[in-house]
Amino acid sequence: MAFQILLNVFLGFLWMFFTVSYEPVTFLKGYLLGLVIIFSFRRFFQSRFYLLRVIAAINLVLLFIKELILSNISVIKLVLKPKLDIRPGIFALPTVLEKEWEITILANLITLTPGTLVVDVSEDNKLLYIHAIDIDDVEDAIISIKDSFEKAIMEVSR
Amino acid sequence: MIGIINIIIVLFIIIGAFLSLVAAFGVLKFPDVYTRNHAASKSATLGVMSILLGTFLYFYVEKGHFDSSVLLGIVFIFITSPVAGHLISRAAYNSGVKLWDKSVQDDLKLAAKSKKKN
Repeated sequence: MAFQILLNVFLGFLWMFFTVSYEPVTFLKGYLLGLVIIFSFRRFFQSRFYLLRVIAAINLVLLFIKELILSNISVIKLVLKPKLDIRPGIFALPTVLEKEWEITILANLITLTPGTLVVDVSEDNKLLYIHAIDIDDVEDAIISIKDSFEKAIMEVSR
Repeated sequence: MIGIINIIIVLFIIIGAFLSLVAAFGVLKFPDVYTRNHAASKSATLGVMSILLGTFLYFYVEKGHFDSSVLLGIVFIFITSPVAGHLISRAAYNSGVKLWDKSVQDDLKLAAKSKKKN
């Protein structure tokens, strides 16, 4: 991915030198033309066309913000409810992610999800120990959310 | 136009202050370290972020001053505060702080036990 971006910047500079005008707009034009070139030569690269990964990363950031707002609403509900009928507990969640940064992002995402907080990661990076604020009704729903998170992270790293 | 933006700024700052208040209430109300951490690490994050966003918009709209360091502050808080919540609860667990009313607490306990045997 980094190689494709570097190549694209290089093509942008090449366009600036072709047209003998050193404005940012010319660089932008060259960058867009280079984007078209890289897209048409995408089968010669090892990884995917890099714009797809950039879009996936933007999706991940939007998912982060959405989850942060949802989790705040759920915390407000819990705090302002007069009766304290929560049932906290710690459960283990197996993960298929392997690289360290993927697990870090997943843990951050889980911490910002409604009602969950990562307490520990097992030493072989296979299990995440998660403290849930309401264990009985949330667990199934949360596991399905995790599937969507893992999918979104894998979409970026693939 | 300016009026609408002013209302948005006021909303951001009021929501931020309200969320910080809710976080403080949660810290007082919840029974143990972990549930308190839920309130502190989520509500305080979004509260401070939205106050900073309101401040940024105020100085940009009213004074025409684009303060990028405030935006950097938002990003830094967004990245670091879940990590801080995780570290505090992990340190609490590893130094043996008990949970409150447990239901499925055994997962991590079993793992710790099997590690001790080996």
